[in-house]
This record gives sequence, structure tokens and C-alpha cells, in this order.
Amino acid sequence: MSRQYETVIGLEVHVELATKTKIFCGCSTEFGGAPNTHTCPVCTGMPGSLPVLNRQVVEYAAAVGLAANCTVNQRCKFDRKNYFYPDNPQNYQISQLYEPICRNGYLEIDTPSGPKKIGIHEIHMEEDAGKLIHDEWEDCSLVDFNRSGVPLIEIVSEPDMRSAEEVIAYLDKLRLIIQYLGASDCKLQEGSMRADVNLSVREAGSETLGTRTEMKNLNSFKAITRAIEGERERQIELLEMGKKVVQETRRWDDNKEASHAMRSKEDAQDYRYFPEPDLPPIVISDEWLSSIRARQPELRTQKLIRYKKEFDIPEYDAQILTSAKKLADLFEATTALCKKPKKVSNWLMVETMRLMKEKGMEAEDLSFSPENLAKLIELTESGTINSSVAKEVFEEIFLKDVDPEAYVEEQGLKTVNDEGALLEVVRKVIEENPKSAADYRGGKEKALGFLVGQTMKAMKGKADPGAVNRMLKEQL
Amino acid sequence: MANIISDETMDYVGILAKLSLSGEEREQAKKDMERMLDYIDLLNRLDTEGVEPMSHVFPVHNVFREDVVEHGDESEQILANAPEAKEGAFKVPKTVE
Repeated sequence: MSRQYETVIGLEVHVELATKTKIFCGCSTEFGGAPNTHTCPVCTGMPGSLPVLNRQVVEYAAAVGLAANCTVNQRCKFDRKNYFYPDNPQNYQISQLYEPICRNGYLEIDTPSGPKKIGIHEIHMEEDAGKLIHDEWEDCSLVDFNRSGVPLIEIVSEPDMRSAEEVIAYLDKLRLIIQYLGASDCKLQEGSMRADVNLSVREAGSETLGTRTEMKNLNSFKAITRAIEGERERQIELLEMGKKVVQETRRWDDNKEASHAMRSKEDAQDYRYFPEPDLPPIVISDEWLSSIRARQPELRTQKLIRYKKEFDIPEYDAQILTSAKKLADLFEATTALCKKPKKVSNWLMVETMRLMKEKGMEAEDLSFSPENLAKLIELTESGTINSSVAKEVFEEIFLKDVDPEAYVEEQGLKTVNDEGALLEVVRKVIEENPKSAADYRGGKEKALGFLVGQTMKAMKGKADPGAVNRMLKEQL
Repeated sequence: MANIISDETMDYVGILAKLSLSGEEREQAKKDMERMLDYIDLLNRLDTEGVEPMSHVFPVHNVFREDVVEHGDESEQILANAPEAKEGAFKVPKTVE
């Protein structure tokens, strides 16, 4: 490659809002119901039905806008985007084009060369479409409208990103903010957060933008990174061969690690937007806006500062604990119960992280209760169980949220504090391992470790290692 | 009539609206559209300086519902509207992306 190229990336991120009901009707948004069990005349586009806006959608959209430094348009309205596709029963999608709810925001990301602002062009509210299932036996498709009308916000960035790393940093930040606000769980895999990547390349130093393509179907950070790298290479190759990049929508296939054009250019993209006549405009008064602002929960930056101050935990710990809302919530709830922030932090940072990695889970998937972790910490602190037993019990809490008190009782895991019983075992171990005993007496400190191990084994791990140590030394 | 709708425009509008018109219908639709555009030209002659574009006729705003589930499974009634149904879903001609 003779010339140097710069990649220019903008993102369109769709986020499914965490409302109980759909955007324009009282159908449940619950995930995973049998086909069409969460539908009504409104979300199946029956003639004569009328949409009525869910107030909570406006609240969430404005809250995300405020957290992303946007201007909330206190007067906004909906528009119709017309297109035919079987997942769209009305033959139009209700969205916002002319007066979206938020404009002109930014998020600050960390890059190797320091902090960088990524502009947010706008945030608008819209409805999701249904789901098409392709029938394997018959030459037909089946439509499930459970998702039709589920509220979405679309966050459109400015073309301010220059690399896959910047894209991931931006998405991470956006996801965290939305999770903290409780506006969505933002799971990429389940599709509650979806990112479309708009990418173009230009010669380094050029001021004009190249022709861009839009990439869809990216459902993990890894897929996004691979798609960005693949598309950058594809476009550079075209330019190097003296060809042109065609403006088109491409679908990423993560298995093949390649993309293909989704719609041919002959297929007109003319949505004929017009103001939605069935929904009156929205006016967000100063009072309403300030009440939304007043209800904004503590976001990560504030939490970081508070954790260090209130709980006296190191920066590194605070960073990890606030890296996901679920972790931060678990930390605060458990600490409130047992009043031992450092212990709670240790369990979350070491064992929880280890098991999450092992099981390929995300923080949002954690399902154990703060009550059970707090109880486990009490059991360990009071010496009822020793630390290796505690790890074993924690794994049970992590997986099945067992009550550690009951579990320890049932499994007979309590540390044996019966000095007489322990003494008997210690004597037996010394007797059975005369060589190690002699080594220790001869000055080999290491030999003691072996004897402690043997004693713990004989006690089935239920002895207090401190007591074993002391007693062995006495007996030797 | 000032406005002339070309055959190409008719084809394009037909594709967007998923309509296939007979020769006669097509000529009639052409005339209708030309008259509509003429009327819009007439409206464009009005002085609208300083007038806010109006998207809604009634002085109403903020019609909301609270975020409360209003009903349960009504899939049976909903599917009764489907020309064809299969396994609880609307059956449509095969659609591929």
C-alpha cells in the first residue's frame, strides 16, 4: 500500500428501552413469549387502531440525552417512515426525523493520546419491527409481532471515530451510561443494543469524506472490531485498484468474517417521511425536564469518587466495581448488609471475576443475592468456615444462590474447633510422616507446610489452618 | 394544467406503493396527481412568511399512557385477522434479506 488512509466511522446505535409495555400500546415487552402472545390491534397495524405514546419512553429518552450532554428539544414530534416489509405490519415505522427528542451531545472517551469527544448528532424515539422466522418445510416465512412496537431509541453519532478501538470505547461508555440510568440492559447478544457502523476511508490529510457504507448485523464487540477492519481493507483495496466505493448497506457475516451488499442500488430507498397524524406533538416543560434531571441516578464518574471516599477502597478496585452497574449494585447492597466494603470488594474482584470468565458470563448475568454473599463474609469472619471452604461455598452461591448458612450446615463444612480431635489428628500425622517431622526438627521450615497439608487433608479441609500450624509446632 | 407527471415518475411511484395499474388506471392516476400538484402550486402562492409549519390540526399535545400492561394473550383474536396463519404466526410469502 503506497498511500496512507484514514478511517472515518460514525455509529447508529439502537437501544431497546426497559419499559414494561410497548411504545404505543399496552402490550407487554417481555422477552421470549410464544409468537404473537404480546400483540394487539395497534402493534399489528390493524386499520382504525390508534397509537398512544408511553410516557416512560419520553422519560428514558430524555434521561439518556441529558447523560450524553445533549440538548433536549422541549418540543418534538413523530414522523412516518414508509416502507414495505412483512415485519412491519403498518407499512410504515413511526419514528422521528424532523424534530427528534435530543440533539447535539457528546461522550468523552479515553484514547492512547488522551481524552476525546465523540459528538452525538441526535437521539430519536421509534418503534421496533416484528420478527421473521423462515419456515424450513414450506416455502414461506412466519411473522411474530411480539417485538413490533417495542420502544427503541436510536443514538446517532457524528463521524468522529477513527479506529475500532475508539468505536468500542464509545460503545462501552454509552452502554454503561444507559445501564446506570436503568433505561436498558443493553445486551448485544440478545439484541437489546444494536450498532450499525457507517464507515468510509480517505487519504490521510484529506478534508472531504469518502463514500460510506453502512454495516448491519453486528452483535458483539468482537464482530464490530472484525467488521470495521474488514470493511476498511475492502474499501482501500477498491480505491487502490482505481475503483469506486458504492454507497450501500452491507450485512456482516461473522462466521465467514465477510460482508455482502444487502439491497441492490436499483431498490429505491425513498421513505417519503411525513408528520405522524395520529400522534400529537410532545411538549416537555421546564418543570418536567428538571424533574427528569433531578431523578438522574449517580453515574459512574460520581460513583468512582464516592467509593474511594466513603469506602476507602483503592482506585483500581473502584474502577472495576463501577465497570458494570450490576457489580456496583451488588457491591453497595452487600456492603450495606455486612459493613465490610473491602471484603465485599475482594469477593467481587477475585472470585466473581474468575467464575464469570470461566463461564463466559457478563456482569449483567450475575444472579446471586447480596444477602447470601454478606452471610458468607460473616461466616468467614467469625471463623465458622476457613477460607478454602469459603471459596467452595461461594461457587455454590455464584451458581445457585444457595443460603451459605444452610449449605455449610448440610454439608458439614464448619471448621472443627475441637482441640482434642485436632490434637489426635496432628499426633497421627507426625507419627505417619517421621521423615518430614525429622526434617522440620533439623531446621527445614518447608517440611512444616507438608505436615499442615496432611493434617488439613485428614480433617477434610475443615480445620482452622492457624490452629493446625500452632499445634503442629507445639507437638514437634 | 401546469404540472406534467412523466411515465417514469408513475413507474417509480408505482414501485414505492407496490401498485400495478392498468393503462386506464394509470392515466387516471396521472391526471389526479397533476391536479394535486397544481393545487399545491396554488397554495405556494400564499405568503406564509412567519407562519410556523403545522403538522397537527388540533391544539393538543402530550397525550400519554402510563407504562402499565393492559391485557394478556389475545393472539387468537389477532390471528383471526391473518389471511393465513401457521404455528401461532402470520404466514407470508417467503422473504429473504
